Amino acid sequence: MATHSNNQYYVPHGSIYPSIISVGLLSLASGFIFSVATDKSAELAYLHTPGKWMMIFGALLILSMVFKWMGSVISESVTGKFKSWEDKSFRIGMIVFICSEIAFFAAFFGALFYMRVISVPDLAAYAPDITPYKDFLGTWPSAGPGGLVLGTEYKPGHMEPMAAWGLPAINTALLLSSGATITWAHWGLIKNNRKQLVIGMALTVALGIAFLICQGFEYHEAYTEMGLTLGSGAYGASFFMLTGFHGFHVLLGTLMLIVITLRCIKGHFTPEHHFGFEGVAWYWHFVDVVWLGLFIFVYWL
Amino acid sequence: MSTTTTAHHEEHAEHPSGIMRWLTTTNHKDIGTMYLTFALIMFFVGGAMILAIRAELFQPGLQLVNPEFFNQLIGVHALIMIFAALMPAATGFANWMIPLQIGAPDMALPRLNNWGFWLLPPSAILLTLPFTLALFGIGDGALATGWTFYPPLSVQGGIGVDFAIFAVHLLGVSSVLGSINIIVTLYNMRAPGMTLMKMPLFCWGWLITAFLLVATIPVLAGAVTMLLTDRHFGTHFFDAAGGGDPVMFQHLFWFFGHPEVYILLLPVWGFIPQILETFSRKPMYGYKAQVYSFWAIGALSVVVWAHHFFTSGMPVPALLYFMYSTMAISLPLAVMFFCWIKTMWKGSMSFETPMLFTVGWIILFGIGGLTGLVLADVAADAQYHNSYFVVAHFHYTLFAGGIMGIMAGVYFWLPKMTGHMYNEKLGKLHFWLTAISFNLTFIPQFFLGLAGMPRRIPDYALQFAEFNMISSVAAFALGLSQLLFVYNIVTCVKGGKKATDQVWEGAHGLEWTLPSPPPYHSFSEQPTVK
Repeated sequence: MATHSNNQYYVPHGSIYPSIISVGLLSLASGFIFSVATDKSAELAYLHTPGKWMMIFGALLILSMVFKWMGSVISESVTGKFKSWEDKSFRIGMIVFICSEIAFFAAFFGALFYMRVISVPDLAAYAPDITPYKDFLGTWPSAGPGGLVLGTEYKPGHMEPMAAWGLPAINTALLLSSGATITWAHWGLIKNNRKQLVIGMALTVALGIAFLICQGFEYHEAYTEMGLTLGSGAYGASFFMLTGFHGFHVLLGTLMLIVITLRCIKGHFTPEHHFGFEGVAWYWHFVDVVWLGLFIFVYWL
Repeated sequence: MSTTTTAHHEEHAEHPSGIMRWLTTTNHKDIGTMYLTFALIMFFVGGAMILAIRAELFQPGLQLVNPEFFNQLIGVHALIMIFAALMPAATGFANWMIPLQIGAPDMALPRLNNWGFWLLPPSAILLTLPFTLALFGIGDGALATGWTFYPPLSVQGGIGVDFAIFAVHLLGVSSVLGSINIIVTLYNMRAPGMTLMKMPLFCWGWLITAFLLVATIPVLAGAVTMLLTDRHFGTHFFDAAGGGDPVMFQHLFWFFGHPEVYILLLPVWGFIPQILETFSRKPMYGYKAQVYSFWAIGALSVVVWAHHFFTSGMPVPALLYFMYSTMAISLPLAVMFFCWIKTMWKGSMSFETPMLFTVGWIILFGIGGLTGLVLADVAADAQYHNSYFVVAHFHYTLFAGGIMGIMAGVYFWLPKMTGHMYNEKLGKLHFWLTAISFNLTFIPQFFLGLAGMPRRIPDYALQFAEFNMISSVAAFALGLSQLLFVYNIVTCVKGGKKATDQVWEGAHGLEWTLPSPPPYHSFSEQPTVK
């Protein structure tokens, strides 16, 4: 740290954006709660419409504030406020943030393993004379033995599991090659080759969008033809929650990549100074690695 | 508090005044002050709730509140005390003291820091709004599951559960942001020459805390998200009919919930030895041993979670594993107790209020730790599980170990923060009233638990009446004594005897080299540490 003793750390202006984002989050969350309140008590159905408006208001508020916040960070960056000391803060911060994301996905992988290894086999393992689940085999994929759920009968319908070597394999290829193209773009940035950088970024964005379209087709097929829905017991819940949150992260990553591509075209990055690019690249690789975990444990094995 | 503002950067030449100062601030001391103030307010909100419960439990039978409302108060009391009082208080100290202790100009990510705080008021609104909505006939009040959200009750519950789920989400985001900021600050902002092993112990405590938060809070977020989809989108994570398991929620929840205990305690373990060395006027004993103990406890804390539900059903080898690993935590803790005592040993001790709280803390937290060892025993736990013994145990760790520790920290650093000495006589009175009424509140609860009184029940059998009566009276005394605390803080902020830079005769460290109160920008030029 001795090298930093001569320069001053940049402490930004006060900013109103964070607190307005919090107001937006409050509106979004309570609006969501109002809009689904009718699920649990029918007399709250009148809250549905105001809830929706609160959600829209909250989401717009958050989006506009994120837009302005990121805008002010970008303008600080291009006016040279961030030097190597600040840069290192961003790097460590991004690594810790990605660690927290890993922990979030770990919860859902944990749920998948728990249900597959413990709860589903256990339900099939009761002694034959006392079991309420006589014909249940406990094999994976499973939609559960069926039974009463909060007073309503749940019967697992016919459900086809998602095969690994169709669309999911194509998606794996798409994401893995997008990891390669973003690295190629990074090489272009380091060599100060703007053309290679922009082409690499555009390819990466295109691959990300292609992935999202494929996943859209996959979900459509699951719901319309395979009988596989969010309500398909242990398999359906873990399948859609894991791939859904991953897809959401791909969507966010693609949006960030688009912003970075535009900034590359504008020439915001230099070979020495481009944390914005690298942070998004790290995030993209993280999304890629999560997908590999999904491909192996959700689709393949 | 920032009357001696010296602006070094032109962008800081002016900062807005009034409410805009607090809404927009990126200054670590302003943000720390907001965290501490918020924590103090929520401490009283949560305290008022539990006093309503103690009033109901004053006599057997149902007198004041109906059972549903009783359950709601219990759950929200816990969520507020943990997430909105104790954690923000520790984060407030981190914001105030870490830059001062490591010689940094500010926290590393100031705007993120601001957002971390401003997520808290919306979460507090989400937690308490269902009570208000119920008054207007919307919904049936807050969550009535206790703070642990166990399904299937939490899948059935009304909108109160949804509000609590989103409150936990926002509080979780706030904690993760705070942790990112603290980790970055500790790795990147230390003064030249201050190696990791020269950091004050408080910084070490917070570093491990931040690691634990980053590893476990997202798991809680995932668990309550599954709860939300089970409630509204037809998933079967916690339902056997679909192949899920309600016990799985307990695993996910306590994977977060057990490290959470150390998240609350590690910052306190950090500054307690600093207070001990100050008032014993000799250097801390076993700095390295304590740092390694922090690491050991941090690592062990994420692999012991199932001891919170031994009675929910799990294979015997799992029971044995979780029992032995839980008991193993007492080894590094014993090392720390030894270091605390050895720091005082043959010291030239004096008993100002912070030291009184610290010494009392060691004894009371020791009782909390030892009763935890009893609960960790699988065979014994079958008797004690969900009894008042558990309630007494975790109040010894979290009220004595957590909040009384924080109070020691407040008295220790308040003169540095405000530039004024607090009223020593009132401080000592506050300590004795707190310590005595705390013990009178919770010692009877150990006996109630051993005799079989279950927790979270508004009514009880006649043989528990005397102990409950003592406990309720003492709880009100405990609550009222905290008014002294507020009075002492407010008068200290407003004025009082000037504090010197060093404040305490035996104080060491960078924060005591700055004026009291420190200038608006702490260290514009980083000091060099030898």
